[in-house]
Order: sequence, then C-alpha cells, then structure tokens
Amino acid sequence: MKLLTLNFLTCAIKTCKSSPLSFPLHPREVELEILETDYNAVFLRNILPRLEWEALRVLAGELGLPSLPESSPDVSSLSTSSEEDDSETPTQVAQDLHRLLLETCIKEGKLVCGCCGHEYAVKEGVANFLLPGHLV
Amino acid sequence: MTDSEPRGEGYEAQHVHSVYEEIASHFSSTRYKPWPIVERFLKELPDGSIGADVGCGNGKYLAVNKKVFIVGSDRSTNLIKIAKEHQPHAAVVADNLSLPHPFGCFDFAISIAVIHHLSTPERRVEAVQAVLNLLRPPSGGNKNSGRVLIYVWALEQKDSRRGWDEGHEQDVMVPWVLKSGERTKKEKGQKTQRDGVVNSPPEETVAPAPKEDKTFLRYYHLYRKEELEHDIDEAGGTVLESGYEKDNWWAIASPRQQT
Ligand SMILES: [Zn+2]
Repeated sequence: MKLLTLNFLTCAIKTCKSSPLSFPLHPREVELEILETDYNAVFLRNILPRLEWEALRVLAGELGLPSLPESSPDVSSLSTSSEEDDSETPTQVAQDLHRLLLETCIKEGKLVCGCCGHEYAVKEGVANFLLPGHLV
Repeated sequence: MTDSEPRGEGYEAQHVHSVYEEIASHFSSTRYKPWPIVERFLKELPDGSIGADVGCGNGKYLAVNKKVFIVGSDRSTNLIKIAKEHQPHAAVVADNLSLPHPFGCFDFAISIAVIHHLSTPERRVEAVQAVLNLLRPPSGGNKNSGRVLIYVWALEQKDSRRGWDEGHEQDVMVPWVLKSGERTKKEKGQKTQRDGVVNSPPEETVAPAPKEDKTFLRYYHLYRKEELEHDIDEAGGTVLESGYEKDNWWAIASPRQQT
C-alpha cells in the first residue's frame, strides 16, 4: 500500500473518527518495499496542495525515513520548465515526493489507531480494516 | 424470498461477502467494461480530485480516470488484490458501514452495485449515510460540497432476461454459476461472457449446470422507482440528478447542509 493512501485513512471505528488522535494511523513492525511507477508530474502537482502535510511528516518520522520539511513544498518547486522546448524536468524535491508518496509501500505490518489502540493488519500490501463483531 | 434467516450482518456475510470472495477471480474476468453513466461521472471530475470507490470490487472503475486519485475499498480481500494494481490509485479491505476514512475528506465518491447487497432498509440507509459522510460538506450553498454517484439494480427490468418488474418480490437470491475448473483457471485471455452481456449486472448461465459446477446465490434488494432517492433523503443527502440506465437506478447526491 502506497504511503499516499495513509493521508486518507483513519480508524474504522466511528467513535474514533471525531478524535484528532485517530489520524494519522501509526505504522508498527512495518516492512516497506519500493514498487516503481511512472513519474506523473500533473498528478503530483495536483495532489501536493491537498495533503495533510503534518500527517505525512509524522508518518515519515515514524517509519524512520528522511525527515520532511516543516511545511509543504510549494508546487512551483516541483519542476524547472524550459521555455524553449516547453519541457519540464522534475526537481529533486519532486522525485523525492514521487518516491515517498507513490513508490514507497507498506508490504507487511500493522496500522495502529492512536485513539483506541486497535491494530489493522497489512499483508502482502493489502490493509484490512474489517472490524471484529464486537467493535462494529 | 422464502428463507427464514434473520437479515443483517451475519446474513450478508453468508449470502454476499463469502460468495464474492469465492468467485472473485472469475467474477473479475467478466467485469471490465464500465457503465456509461459511471464513466461520464468519473471523466467529468476536475483533474486532481480525490475520492472513494466504496465497494470497488476488482477496481474496474479505477481504470477510468488517471488524473484523479481514488481510494477503493471492498470487503473481499481477493478482489482488492486485483484492484490495487490500478495506478495511481489505492485499494483497501473495508466494510461500507465502517469505512476507514476521515469524515469529509473526499471530493467525490462512487457506490456502484453495492447498496443493493445490504439486507435491511436500515442498513441500506446507513450505507448511503456512511458514503455521504466521506464527502466534503457544503459550505455556503450546495455548490462546493462533494458528490456521490450511487448505482443500484432496478426491480423494473421487464425487458431483461430476468424479467422482474413492478410488483415483484424485491428481495431475491441471484445465482452465479461457477463452471467446474473455472475457479483455478488463470485469467489471461479468459474474457468469459456469460451471454454476451457484460455491462449489465451479473448473469447466470441459462443451461442447467453440469453436476460438478457450483452455484452460488447472492442476496440482492431490487430497488423500485424512487426508492433510491428516498434512501438518500433518509440518509441526509440531497439528490442532484437521478435516472435509469440499463436495468439500474442511479442518483448523484450531496450531503445536506447541517441545520
Ligand atoms: Zn480507533
């Protein structure tokens, strides 16, 4: 599961959702893998301003990945455009974000709710949010 | 329907979820052509929109628009394993009634052929509500709020091969026949078409199945005219547009302004 997904995931238990503690979920005993995918400049440019940056920063920190700046980089820092041939070259910032959001994936491990402590398993890259009967 | 089992979660576990898990691979090979209304809804989204496909199955609709980001979800792990391969999107295993997304975090959502699998009126309304809760709430009029497209199977389909129509039983068991050997077959090149119809809801074989074939029965609640709009209203939504397409009722809705 790509890390970008975690920006849109919280605990599946309704009563947790109104608590700020339930977002983001916390990775535990996680095995990461890199699954390469095509660089998509437009997608990255669109998604960047929509991110809960702080949640991403927390996630990167907990995963022991290189730390992110305190605030989201500006969209203009993603490319250096050349007026001559209308081409765009992704900057290092853009390449790093692409790697972090779209290529860095949780292969195995757990995602833990900071509110209720419930653990959601990730197996073979699939996160499972089905709740046991007593928690529904 | 003549069964006496109480409807609800356990009923759906047996008559919906376990069936899809079993038939996932074969079901998936018959599901590749998007329905036109759904395709239009997804293609008209502004680039960079973020949304959910609740009950995404094999992720057929994740392939329609690569300029938006969709987090798909489904109860079936086997279907999610197929769905998660659709870049740039994502897919997780989750229940429609306990979705793992923050309230109001999406611009749009789709619920295609899902709500009709919930087996009581209350659970269907709750399922619609759960999807509406994912959408950005309205601020200063309805214009700015998120929108969901919901698609359910219609009772009124007298011209379909099944021939259901107004006045018929709305809670039905629909067979899915898994031909012997099909379950283990690899999907490559196996675009099985039951009877040439692929962009309509699941079809069973007409011919009597050989002994070793396995028939799965799935529960459906067939929606009658205006029932979907009613459920959306109950769930706190405003219907913006609705209609009928190929044996299905559909509606586009937004969460209502909280008063
Ligand atoms: Zn929780």
